[in-house]
Amino acid sequence: MSNKITTAQIKHIADLASIPISEKEENSLRDAFEETLDVISELQSVDVTGVEPTHQVTGFENVLREDIVNEENMFSQADALKNSKHTYDGYFVVPRIIDEK
Amino acid sequence: MKNKMNHKLTLKQTLDKLKGNELTLDELYSDINQSISEQNKELNVYLTLDEKSLEKAKAAATSPLMGVPIAVKDNYCTKDLRTTASSLVLEDFIPTYESTVSKKLKKAGGVVIGKTNMDAWAHGSSTETSQYGRTLNPRNTDYLPGGSSGGSAAAVAANMCIAALGTETAGSIRQPAAWCGVVGLKPTYGRCSRYGIVAMCSSTDSPGPITKTVEDSAILLNYIAGHDPLEGTTATLEVPDFTKSLDKGVEGMKIGYLYKDLKGLEEIRSIFSEQMEVFKKLGATVDVVDAMDPKHGVSIYTIVQRGEVSSNLGRYDGIRYGNDRSFFGDEAKRRVMLGTYTLSKGYADQYYNTAQKVRTLYIKDYERLFKEYDVLVAPTSPWYAKKIGATEGAAMFGELEDLLIEASSLSGLPGISIPCYKDEKTNLYLGMNIIAPMYREDLVIQVADAYEKATKWNSWRK
Repeated sequence: MSNKITTAQIKHIADLASIPISEKEENSLRDAFEETLDVISELQSVDVTGVEPTHQVTGFENVLREDIVNEENMFSQADALKNSKHTYDGYFVVPRIIDEK
Repeated sequence: MKNKMNHKLTLKQTLDKLKGNELTLDELYSDINQSISEQNKELNVYLTLDEKSLEKAKAAATSPLMGVPIAVKDNYCTKDLRTTASSLVLEDFIPTYESTVSKKLKKAGGVVIGKTNMDAWAHGSSTETSQYGRTLNPRNTDYLPGGSSGGSAAAVAANMCIAALGTETAGSIRQPAAWCGVVGLKPTYGRCSRYGIVAMCSSTDSPGPITKTVEDSAILLNYIAGHDPLEGTTATLEVPDFTKSLDKGVEGMKIGYLYKDLKGLEEIRSIFSEQMEVFKKLGATVDVVDAMDPKHGVSIYTIVQRGEVSSNLGRYDGIRYGNDRSFFGDEAKRRVMLGTYTLSKGYADQYYNTAQKVRTLYIKDYERLFKEYDVLVAPTSPWYAKKIGATEGAAMFGELEDLLIEASSLSGLPGISIPCYKDEKTNLYLGMNIIAPMYREDLVIQVADAYEKATKWNSWRK
C-alpha cells in the first residue's frame, strides 16, 4: 500500500460529510480508501501538460428558460410536507445547529 | 388460470397482437402477474408493484404503447408510487412528481408495473449493494445479475415484464444486460432527460431501455428521448425515428474492434474474433484498432463519480423526506467520503482536475477513431456474470467490471449491449458493446439489429 490514510483522517472526512460512523467502520473505511487510492493513483503517470479539462460533454453554456411560472410543475404545501417526518404548523422542523450559549 | 405464455412476448409482438385483437390486456396482465408471483420471491426483482396497473393499462389502450407493462428502475421518481433507489434512506419516500422519462413513457401508453431493485443509489455493478437484498440472475440463480440496473435486466430476462427502463452512468444498463442475456441501450448523454431521476453522477447519468430485442429498444427510445425544458443538459436536436434503423444491414460499414489484445481478455478473445466474422459475412469491414488504454477510465470514473456523489447525496438530510444520514449503507458511505476527500483542498488538483484532463484525452481518442470507423465494438464485460457474494470486501468491484465501458461513458457516447454468446454449461451470456459518435443511437441500433438477426444468441428469436 503506497497511500496511507489514518483513522483520524477518516473521522475528519466523516465529520465533513456528516456521516455517523462506528469505530469498526473507521478501520474498514480506511482499508477501502487505501485500496481505492492505490488504483486511482495510476493517473499520475499520464502526461496532461497543456490539456484542457472536460467537465461536461454537451458543450452547452448558460442554458436559461423564460422566467414564467410553470403551474404544471407546482405542488401544494400539503404535498410538499407529506414526506417529512417532522413538521409543525406548515413548516419543516430542522435539528438545532446553533448552541444556546 | 392457465398461463398462455404471453409474458414471453417481445414488445413488438405484444403491440402487434394487441393491435390485431389476438390478445387482450386481461390475458397479458394475467400472464405477467403470474410470472411475477411465481418468481419474485426467489429472484427479488421488484421492490414495489403497482396494484392498479391493469386499470391504468385499460385507460391507455388506445395510446401507441397500448398499456404494455414496463418495469422501471427504482431511481425514477414515480408519482404516488414508492421510490427508494434501493436505499433505506428513502424507504418510505412517495414522490409528489414524476420523472420526465417515466412521464413520457406513461404519455405514450406504457404502464409502470413495478419498481425494480438496483445497487443502492446506483452505486455498483452487482445489485448486491441494495439495502433490500440482492437480485439473482434469472439465467442461473447462483450468479449475480450485474448492476446497477440489475432488477430491470432480470425482469426482462425472467419475462416478468414486456420491457424495462434502467439508467446508466458507466455500464449500469449495458453490464446487467450482458450478464442477464438481454439488450441494453445507453443513449447519448443528454438524449433522455435526467429530471426526476435520483441524481448520482450528474455529468454521465443517462436513462435508457432494457429490452428483449434491439427492435424493442428502438421503439422505447422513440418515446423517451428528446429535449426537456426542465433539464438544461438535454439536447435540442430533433429525435429521429429509431425504428427506421432496423433491417438496414451493415454492408459497406466500417467497424473497429477494440481492446483485442488487452491483458485479461485472453479467454474472451477467441469467442469475439469469431463474432467479428459475422459482420464480415454481412458485408462490413472489421479492423482491429488501437485505442487509449481503458484502465485510466476506471480511475477517472472513480474520481469523478465519487466527487459528484458526495455533492448529490448531500441533500439527504432526513428533513424534507426520507430518513437521516445514519441510514446510508457501506457503499454509499465509502463513495460520499472518498468524494469528499478527493475534492478537498490540496487533493482536488491531484485527483479531480487531473481526471477531467484525461477525460479530454479519451474524447479526442474517440474522435480520431470515429473519423475512420462508423462504430466501435468490444466485449461489454471482461467475462460472464460473477457468483453471488463476489462483491464482499471488494471496494473497487464495479469499476473493474466496467473497465471496457467507462471511457466511452465519460465521453458521453451512446452504446448498446446485445447477447453474443452463451455458455451451455452455465446458461450464462456474454454481451457485445457497440458504440457510436454522439447522438448516433441510429448507428448502434442498425449494427446491433443486423447482428441479432444474423445470429442465434437472442433467446427470444425463434
